[in-house]
Amino acid sequence: MSETSGTSPLSSVDSEPLRVVLAKLGFDGHDRGLKVVARTLRDAGMEVIYLGLRQTTDSIVAACEQEDADVIGLSMHNAGHLTLAPRMVQAVKEANLGVPVVIGGIVPAEDVAVLIDAGVAAVLGPGASAEDVVAAVRAAVTRPSPAR
Amino acid sequence: MVETMSGIPLDPAYGDGLQPGDYPFTRGLYPTGYRSKLWTMRMFAGFGTATDTNARFHALLRAGGTGLSTAFDMPTLMGRDSDHEWSVGEVGRAGVAVDTLADMEDLFAGIELDKVTTSMTINGPAAICMAMYIAVAEKSGVGRVHLGGTIQNDILKEYQAQKEYIFPPRPSVRLVTDLIRFTTAEMPRWHPVSISGYHIREAGSTAAQELAFTLANGFAYVEAAVAAGLRVDDFAPRLSFFFNAHSDFFEEIGKFRAARRIWATWMKDRYGATNPKSQMCRFHTQTAGVSLTAQQPENNIARVAVQALSAVLGGTQSLHTDSYDEALALPTEKAARIALRTQQIVAHETGAASVVDPLGGSHFVEWMTDEMERQANEIFDHIDQIGRGSMLEGVYAGIDDGYFVGEIADAAYRFEREVNAGRRIIVGVNEFTENDDDEANLLSIGHATEEMQIKRLDQVRGDRNDDAVQASLAALVEAAGQPDVNLMPSIIDAVQTYATEGEIVAALESVFGTYVETAMV
Repeated sequence: MSETSGTSPLSSVDSEPLRVVLAKLGFDGHDRGLKVVARTLRDAGMEVIYLGLRQTTDSIVAACEQEDADVIGLSMHNAGHLTLAPRMVQAVKEANLGVPVVIGGIVPAEDVAVLIDAGVAAVLGPGASAEDVVAAVRAAVTRPSPAR
Repeated sequence: MVETMSGIPLDPAYGDGLQPGDYPFTRGLYPTGYRSKLWTMRMFAGFGTATDTNARFHALLRAGGTGLSTAFDMPTLMGRDSDHEWSVGEVGRAGVAVDTLADMEDLFAGIELDKVTTSMTINGPAAICMAMYIAVAEKSGVGRVHLGGTIQNDILKEYQAQKEYIFPPRPSVRLVTDLIRFTTAEMPRWHPVSISGYHIREAGSTAAQELAFTLANGFAYVEAAVAAGLRVDDFAPRLSFFFNAHSDFFEEIGKFRAARRIWATWMKDRYGATNPKSQMCRFHTQTAGVSLTAQQPENNIARVAVQALSAVLGGTQSLHTDSYDEALALPTEKAARIALRTQQIVAHETGAASVVDPLGGSHFVEWMTDEMERQANEIFDHIDQIGRGSMLEGVYAGIDDGYFVGEIADAAYRFEREVNAGRRIIVGVNEFTENDDDEANLLSIGHATEEMQIKRLDQVRGDRNDDAVQASLAALVEAAGQPDVNLMPSIIDAVQTYATEGEIVAALESVFGTYVETAMV
């Protein structure tokens, strides 16, 4: 982002840029937020692999393997998070990827703890700032999550 | 006699020169505006199984409603059955689940379909839902000619914004024009397309982009229908629009006024429409869901009120007001009631319905109307150019080369950066924040619906005549392979055998293919 520079959380401090796979699972077509996140992470110096709409846990796992991803970011707006997010965590575990899963979108507060318990590394709700998004992705990579 | 709260008598309209009802309708479609007919307060609803929603419909009708508005769940909107692998967690959640004609029969059980008008918000599988509705009516003895209502059936904005597409654009537009041809010939009370900017705006566009992309899609459908052999004045009076009412009050009013002027001008000058009804841009409006904040959610009631007022001052024909808790979930009944009451307050307490186009003649509003038109014209020029003189081809080209999604994503990112940098204030989000945000009491929907719906689907599959299903699907595939054949009769035949929506979609996909978006940021 052009507004920030130096050591602000939005600038790149990684020697090797983080590689982030971004996707939407299933039918949910709300991609406005995910595209904003993609540009935000890219502006913060990360490598974004944008898979876009109608992905499956298999297609995301395959992309992670192929792209040597450090983080998976999923956007969810259809109230399917309690079903879909744990499935993604499980698929990552089964593939032995050791990649944290970050969820963004419409997640009611009471569901956040459920998702964290299920192994999701972080949940970003509506109103998360660009700094919040970048910080959550960095923290997810440096902090071991239950999904690993 | 209409007068103010203090007893001052009011004329229906004020000002010299162009009056409401005069071409190009900048000041409104009708001379007396809401005095003759208040806007329709059409609140969108749908949830659970068809039987659940049917009970809600009956309650609405008992309360004096005459219009039904149906929301379908995601699997239905995407043309997939409730037992599709992606349907898990989605069945009956954001609307009602419809897999077969049996569900449509349950949905409208006990309702006299010649006495109500029905709005169905569905696009990719619109022709299939339309066929089911016709089949239900005719089974109950109501001929299709007596059916009144609207089906959204606007596939072009799906590729641009909402992303609920199934087939590639060209065969999808064939389905749209097949439905326009069919209703023009056989269903004079039906509105076969509701050309929608709402979703374009929600996806992040500016007001001028919403205006221009929507009207360009409208021109594209006009060209497609004319190419399919219809005369413009035969179908254009049945076209209608659907816009967003966002938070920038005067910009929105300028947008609504410009929409009427542009549509009238283009329909007359470019497409040769002579019937004034063909030139009239009639529209439904919904307040901006995307403007609702999860923080301090009660503040959304104020946002919705201001947005609703802009739609009314802009001359909308019907209005849906969002509920304050919708940033996080489907609305609770109480929140939906407050949203309806908000419209009623605007209608009956504020005087906003007393005088048509009360802001006409305001230096600022007239300038904003012109500015909206100017920006829209720049966009039309681009689309016309990439379409080599055809708006239909231009829209196809803009879908293929990522023009629409790119423009929308750019605008959305610009907006987020402005909010993030504090250059644009959103109350409760980046200013006037509180640490202890109360979360609204949210509606939650369980899994029982999904199990019931899948059981129902299995039962219908078990009871039907499979040979008849297969024969009807084979006939549909055959018809789909011939571009000049109207597919509506074959689709009606298929739904009558209780072929599922997913099976009919699969049959069409075998000829048309499946659209996959090129992922780009």
